[in-house]
Amino acid sequence: MSTGKKSTSHATRASAASTPARLTGSEILWATLEGEGVDVVFGYPGGAILPAYDALKKFPIRHVLVRHEQGASHAADGYARASGKVGVAVATSGPGATNLVTGIATAMLDSVPMVCITGQVSSKVLGTDAFQEVDITGITLPVTKHNYVVTRADDVAKTIREAFLVAKSGRPGPVLVDITKDAQQGQAEFDFAAAAPKPHRPHPMLKTESASILQAAELIRSAKKPVILAGHGILQSGAGAQVRTLAERMRIPVASTLLGLGAFPASHPLSLGMMGMHGEAWVNHAIQQADLLIACGMRFDDRVTGTLATYAPNAKKIHIEVDPAEINKNVKVDVALIGDLKEALEALLPHLAPREKAESPWVKEIEASKGECAVRDIKNLPDSGHLYAAHVIHDLWRATEGKAIVVTDVGQHQMWEAQYYKHEAPRTLITSGGLGTMGFALPAAIGAKIACPDKEVWVIAGDGGFQMTAAELSTAAQEELDLNIAVVNNGYLGMVRQWQEFFYEKNYQSSPLRSPDFVKLADAHGIAGRTVKQRSDVLPAVNAARGHKGPFLINFLVEKEDSVYPMIPAGSALHEMIRRPNTPLVETATDK
Amino acid sequence: MLHTFVALVEDKPGVLTRVASLFRRLNINIVSLTVGHSEKPGVSRMTIVCEASPTSSHRIAASLYKLENVLQVDDISQLSHVARELALIKVAATPKTRSQVFELAEVFRARIVDLAPESLMIEITGVESKIEGLIQVLNENGDRILEISRTGRMVMRRGQHTSRVLEAMRVPGLETPEELRAEEGSDSDVLMAEETGF
Repeated sequence: MSTGKKSTSHATRASAASTPARLTGSEILWATLEGEGVDVVFGYPGGAILPAYDALKKFPIRHVLVRHEQGASHAADGYARASGKVGVAVATSGPGATNLVTGIATAMLDSVPMVCITGQVSSKVLGTDAFQEVDITGITLPVTKHNYVVTRADDVAKTIREAFLVAKSGRPGPVLVDITKDAQQGQAEFDFAAAAPKPHRPHPMLKTESASILQAAELIRSAKKPVILAGHGILQSGAGAQVRTLAERMRIPVASTLLGLGAFPASHPLSLGMMGMHGEAWVNHAIQQADLLIACGMRFDDRVTGTLATYAPNAKKIHIEVDPAEINKNVKVDVALIGDLKEALEALLPHLAPREKAESPWVKEIEASKGECAVRDIKNLPDSGHLYAAHVIHDLWRATEGKAIVVTDVGQHQMWEAQYYKHEAPRTLITSGGLGTMGFALPAAIGAKIACPDKEVWVIAGDGGFQMTAAELSTAAQEELDLNIAVVNNGYLGMVRQWQEFFYEKNYQSSPLRSPDFVKLADAHGIAGRTVKQRSDVLPAVNAARGHKGPFLINFLVEKEDSVYPMIPAGSALHEMIRRPNTPLVETATDK
Repeated sequence: MLHTFVALVEDKPGVLTRVASLFRRLNINIVSLTVGHSEKPGVSRMTIVCEASPTSSHRIAASLYKLENVLQVDDISQLSHVARELALIKVAATPKTRSQVFELAEVFRARIVDLAPESLMIEITGVESKIEGLIQVLNENGDRILEISRTGRMVMRRGQHTSRVLEAMRVPGLETPEELRAEEGSDSDVLMAEETGF
């Protein structure tokens, strides 16, 4: 079956298209991935997956060697979010597989299409506690959309193809395929076309009936104070244009979830920005005052609603959602359109004639409520020589003209990013929303940069989260990625410290942390970098990073005890927020 | 309240775990669960009885459908159906005391399926209350129950409804579910009212 490297490679590519051939399970794995359009995988070799790695060189697939398997699953996730394609992670059995789990759960909570391939011990010793054996399909059962065990080379192609279909269809999500070593080593006929899966069963409870559409249209027409809630589903469904048409035609302001940022242009006059726990006051007030909420591809997460008892008490609710299990889960809705968002909106829009008056009193009312908050905004404060994270993000936004792909970690910097970096285009903010996975940023950015090599990619991470996966600096260096890294360094696990300040009487238990000199750490990896301590140095440093070929790290030493405002304490109502103080800033006395 | 679901699932390893795990994840206790072959090769039929809030049935059914191996879910709690359970009850009885157990069994239309010097085994089929009734009477009579094995509830909808409805629904464009429901016979109006609310 294999005569020479080059010729085999060509033969396989041809076989991926049509000709059946007899190949090993390992070869079938790569050939099937190739057939599915995969050109890069993120992985880490090990015993049980070695047969697959041995066959990789015959295929035109780039392998990015991460430094920990969690990095592989986050990178595949970042790749998927940036490109809209299915990301692929590969790991060996046992610890390799378990290390993927955090990344798989991250993708599950944020509905990211991903296929994870793990090696498994030979089928003859399955269940005997063989070396590096772990029941990974059992472990990942609740955090995957579906998973498979493959014990025969014959089943490799059809299982992988089905996994891709499941990952992409309906509400997307991660799928894991566990392939035993003997399945990789065995031989089988490979016929890519014949391995095509049956069409995916659409969820039988999907329904966008014409009666519901008319009902929704009527609610929208008669609403005086409507708000669109823009979620991640807009990106997944590619419904940005339809949402924009709906907003513009009916003069409806648009509030975004964290993962919905970028789905509607931030500079649009109808854009309100992010809602929820750290949303601006006027956004949450608008939702509380609204008489109609049109939820587009979002799931009324608790970080968005605050306490449900008082959530938008006067509003009728229309929920347009692809997952029937989300309907009435948290918030009882009046009309549910259960189906693909883009299709549902396309069915809805013809029933809506444009509003006659260009001016909407409701939009004006919201606009008027902004006034005071805007003045108190931290970015409007004069330069006092102190450096605030908000300054860093604001200047980064200005320098990149809002066009970069920003990959954030989790915590205070993530919320500041959401507040101060204005995203204009879909898939320009990549962040772990549902699971809130610290350590996500750097590996996910590696995936995003590889998916979009021509785009400027920035990592924004805190000093805590960055250290969770800092080993991936080595991956970025080895792959020579043109990646810009901003560490927002305040010497604390900042969001933990903020909660301790607000809700635990400033008992800063275990939240201060000492970090290595990140610039030296970068240097040890052959990565350029510099430290910034004052605002006047922010733009020059950002521009230096942008002009630099290869990875560049900036260590921003920001105000230590700054907090994210406004904030709705967990379990409180949307209007019960902790507002930004009039003299907002805690300025640490210690000389920097 | 008690909810009863019938789920048709692929007959493959691990499918029971996925279904059971879903209920665990939703923090819902399964009261009874019976699994066996269905009319179609490769498809198993589960009857799941669970205790959950009255509003949760939509979410349970929708979540079951999200499992790739689940082919059809029918929430039959409110629908006209036949429910049966089978129980084997072993009772301590000597040749002297047997006859009164025989009498009881006859009243409950149960059968004696095993006889030993010190015990006998009763097989009874019926709705749960009938089985509960026999157990209660045996206890009140002072008959010592040595073992009980119950299958849990299994159910089937009355009338012309068949599980093949799903098969038709799965082929896009062939027939819409509405058309199929209209063919379901006398109680189809009731069914439609039940099924269209989410």
